[in-house]
Amino acid sequence: MEQFAFYVLAGVTILASLGVVSSRVPMHSVMLLIVSFGALAGLYVMLDAPFTAVTQIIVYAGAIMVLFLFVVMLLNQHREDEPEVMPASLLRRNLRAGVLLSVLLAIEVAWGLSQVGLRSFGTDPGEISAVSSVAQIGLALFTTHSFAFEVTSVLILVSMVGAVVIARREH
Amino acid sequence: MPTLNHFLILSGMLFAIGTAGVFLRRNLITILLSIEIMLNAVNITFVAVGRYRGTVDGQIITFFVMTVAAAEAAVGLALVIALFRHRETLSPDAFTSLKW
Repeated sequence: MEQFAFYVLAGVTILASLGVVSSRVPMHSVMLLIVSFGALAGLYVMLDAPFTAVTQIIVYAGAIMVLFLFVVMLLNQHREDEPEVMPASLLRRNLRAGVLLSVLLAIEVAWGLSQVGLRSFGTDPGEISAVSSVAQIGLALFTTHSFAFEVTSVLILVSMVGAVVIARREH
Repeated sequence: MPTLNHFLILSGMLFAIGTAGVFLRRNLITILLSIEIMLNAVNITFVAVGRYRGTVDGQIITFFVMTVAAAEAAVGLALVIALFRHRETLSPDAFTSLKW
């Protein structure tokens, strides 16, 4: 049953991501990415990470994707007006390099996974409740990782000011 | 019950799709969306390995990655808007000069 749910969610994620990359209409790309993020949230629930699943929906599918939607509507480009085809010589060179790199990556991943063998997740209820507990996450976030947490607030402030400065219309 | 390997393979496939999008597409918005796919592929690795090791650290790093992704999207989209105002196009090939 859980195996079946995994394959459904993983399939939706992969197909939606392929759609994002291959769609010529930016609006469709953004919508398909939201579908992909929804399926990923389901996978997080399967991994006993309900907090991350909810954050994924609220922050990613909610806030970040709305930002993308705003920009797509603002620029109002229904279709890409320019031909998306690269020059044939460049495309052939890119394809050769890309095929070489992806075959190397596949060999690496296959070798690594064959070295470790199948690793199943622990089924101890104590361990599961420790991993999925929001209280544990909050505790670790504000004690062990408090410095990173504070630095994040600086990052957000800087990027907020930066976005306003960059996008401002010059008079 | 799916194993850790299932999630690692899924993450690798998602990352490959995102990388292909960055290299093959000629549209700034789609390139930014492909970067989001790559970030999510990494997130799923963090959460799966954290679950395997029985700690919450993977979820905490995922939390930080989401924050950085939000900051990156804000600045990246501001750049896209500023560039579009100059050249009326979203093709990265139109922006080859650092200064104009």
